[in-house]
Amino acid sequence: MSARRTFAALAAASLLTVGLSACAESARDAGTTGTTGGGGGDTFTFGAAGAPKVLDPYYATDGETFRVARQQFEGLVMFKPGTADPEKGGQSLATDWKASDDGLTWTFTLREGVKFSDGTAFNAEAVCKNFERMFNQTGGQTSALYWSENFGGFKDGKEKSLYAGCTAKDAKTVDIKLTRVTSKFPAILGLPSFYMQSPTAMEKYDANKVTPAGQGFTFSEYATAHPTGTGPFVLENYDQANKTVTLKRNDNYWGTKPKIAKLIFKIIPDEVARRQALQSGSIQGYDFPNPVDWAQLKDGGNTVMVRPAFNIMYFGFNPNSNPKLKDLKVRQAIMSAINREQIVKTQLPEAAKAASQFIPETVAGYNKDLKVPEYNPDKAKQLLAEAGATGMTLDFWYPSEVTRPYMPAPVKIYEAAKADLEKVGIKVNTTTKPWNGGYLDQVDAGKAAMFILGWTGDYNTADNFIGTFFSSLDNRFGLKNYEWGPELVQSLKDADSTPDEAARVKKYEDINKKLVEQYLPAVPVSHSPPAIVVKNTVKGITPSPLTDEKFADVTVG
Amino acid sequence: MLRFIVRRLLQMVGVVVVLSMLLFVWLHSLPGGTVSALLGDRATPETRAALEEALGLDRPIWVQYGAFLSRALRGEFGASTGVLPGTDALTILLNRLPATIELSFCAIAIAVLLAIPLGYLAARHRGSPLDTAGILTSLVGVAVPVFFLAFLLKWGFAIKLHWLPDGGRQSVFATHVTNFFVLDGILTREFDASVNALKHLILPAIALSTIPFAVIFRITRAAVLEVLDEDYVRTAEAKGLTSRVIRGRHVLRNAMLPVVTTIGLQIGALLAGAVLTEKVFNFPGIGDALALAFEQRDYAVLQVLIMAAAVVYVLVNLLVDVLYAVIDPRVRTR
Repeated sequence: MSARRTFAALAAASLLTVGLSACAESARDAGTTGTTGGGGGDTFTFGAAGAPKVLDPYYATDGETFRVARQQFEGLVMFKPGTADPEKGGQSLATDWKASDDGLTWTFTLREGVKFSDGTAFNAEAVCKNFERMFNQTGGQTSALYWSENFGGFKDGKEKSLYAGCTAKDAKTVDIKLTRVTSKFPAILGLPSFYMQSPTAMEKYDANKVTPAGQGFTFSEYATAHPTGTGPFVLENYDQANKTVTLKRNDNYWGTKPKIAKLIFKIIPDEVARRQALQSGSIQGYDFPNPVDWAQLKDGGNTVMVRPAFNIMYFGFNPNSNPKLKDLKVRQAIMSAINREQIVKTQLPEAAKAASQFIPETVAGYNKDLKVPEYNPDKAKQLLAEAGATGMTLDFWYPSEVTRPYMPAPVKIYEAAKADLEKVGIKVNTTTKPWNGGYLDQVDAGKAAMFILGWTGDYNTADNFIGTFFSSLDNRFGLKNYEWGPELVQSLKDADSTPDEAARVKKYEDINKKLVEQYLPAVPVSHSPPAIVVKNTVKGITPSPLTDEKFADVTVG
Repeated sequence: MLRFIVRRLLQMVGVVVVLSMLLFVWLHSLPGGTVSALLGDRATPETRAALEEALGLDRPIWVQYGAFLSRALRGEFGASTGVLPGTDALTILLNRLPATIELSFCAIAIAVLLAIPLGYLAARHRGSPLDTAGILTSLVGVAVPVFFLAFLLKWGFAIKLHWLPDGGRQSVFATHVTNFFVLDGILTREFDASVNALKHLILPAIALSTIPFAVIFRITRAAVLEVLDEDYVRTAEAKGLTSRVIRGRHVLRNAMLPVVTTIGLQIGALLAGAVLTEKVFNFPGIGDALALAFEQRDYAVLQVLIMAAAVVYVLVNLLVDVLYAVIDPRVRTR
């Protein structure tokens, strides 16, 4: 009886399998066979640290979404490979651009012979449709963070917008009008969020449909399955069940076609797992290797490409949480007490540098003549005494559950700084919270008297650094508590809206000097170069300070 | 029996509702949250406030919970904000669940197929080298942390020897029908894809099977030892029944009762091990999603995954009770 039952069960299972297999067809064709890992001559597999959040870069802010978008899309303005500077020609969809005398109208000359991967022509009309789409957002406003951060408001007029309008003068000439002069235009157009997308595909797949769902949003079919750009690769498949994004060569690409047929992003959130995947050969490169592994990776047959440092780590102050910090002498004492050179030497990767100001030296407006107070514990003690703050207590915050290119190991950086502060008699109270679990929102709410934070630049303007940090009186630095707060905010606005480049650069140099010598709302600590690692056999990647690496020229030996 | 099953299912609904309430309150009492995860270090007080308003996070918690319940009754659990923003949390569960089921099935199959025969043999040959080896292995299985074993296996067999993949579920292009990759390969006759998926399962399944193996081995051994001392076994031997009949009908069947309960509890507990194993092997199951959802403060996904884990736990235990009745006729008549 038992044997008969077993036989019957097996027979039923076999019949079910055969029956189901009759309904299931293989979707493989000549282009979709082969391996998704380890590569081969025509496939490059890269270990990504996270899943792309959404495939329409307009609604994205994260590096992993942008990494995929950078292979599929192109902007009117693209950055010269290996730099943060806009490049006329190159991969930019505009071959030239110039501003009107008043700086409010920008005329772009478009590249000819370019088509989106769905066959739609790229021309002035397509450019205007893109801008109108970005400006006319309704449901997607809170998801379009880069637009609101860089352009301000939308068509509904709730907030003032930088964007005033777009006019197609002829097929290859387009005017973009602004409501005010700003130093960040046209560099912001190099941000992946503002890359050009096919108007046909956006309309067909309802790209603007962003719907609140519970405590998140759902995106359109366009943003989840049909992103369409002009770039060298097109999306083949986003296999969420297997955590891989597969792009294939765009055979109709206007420029030099990629040498590889497939580009696969294998999503491996854990950094150790990415390193092991490289060692086992299932990927051929990954981003942000831990600096302590660089030497071992080089010895293991890999190339560690160190990017130019385009970031800043700082120790911020908020006098709202500790009134003693309102006194410049106390802030100066803290700066003198901390051995920043030592922190750079012991806690950051090789090519890291101590920062003298809040922008990297490659950014126009960097003040070369700035004299930064050196490490001097005696001076620090003296300043504390003069301020009547000897033996003061300070709540110092650092984040857990995070690494950033500018702070590979926050706890170690914190410990080094804390030890320095204690040497001059400051009593340090430690507060640590998970990055997404209370650190960011409480620092932003002004709860932290002193905190570690930083920034990686989006493009090469001073405004992208110090404008981002200090343009609001009511933020993490508590600028409203200082007499000079309004003056700083106004001077930043003034510099950003100065059309003449030389005059603007001079204003930023002055602001940088005042920021360190007179204001000191934070201590600039370091610029730290992140790296990208690939197998020695992989060639054709130019490391970018913006993590703007293109994989179209990659060859896999 | 039917009434029993219906009663247990109704209890399960109560458990899930209470759990959802506790989860909701707990998740919303955590500092940080969705908005921090979405905006990262680009947040400003203005963007933070706008997003909180757009997502309804500025409303009282009981209003938010009411809205959540009413959506959940319609099968809408909200969009993910961290694991895969814009994707419905239920879709993420359904995409990830087959991976964890495949992995858990393999792990529990390895554990059961090894532990029950070995436990039985160890009991039959108490004090023999086999018994000692079994006890030592089970001790190691319980004592060594799953993630450490996972790391060792990965380092040895994937990174050094290159015998097996270091992570993921599949490394060939394949057609996915059910998201059970091994089954999909059979259904679509892409047999290489099935083999490839099986290779990806071996190391994580071994790592995940160690604790169930150890526990099932020890319970089997103890249960068989107890049964072997029973009068009815001696009676069966005295009656001259063959040892095969005695082993199968009297010893194993009676010893299986505690073993089945243990297997059920171990299946329920597998998720805890799966979180670590899936993370080490970058295996895209619900354990991996759970870890990511917590890191990203993805409330919708956390809620769905934890509630699903509770449902699975209750269902597995219900199945164990039903199996009990099948194995022990006395249970059916009670």
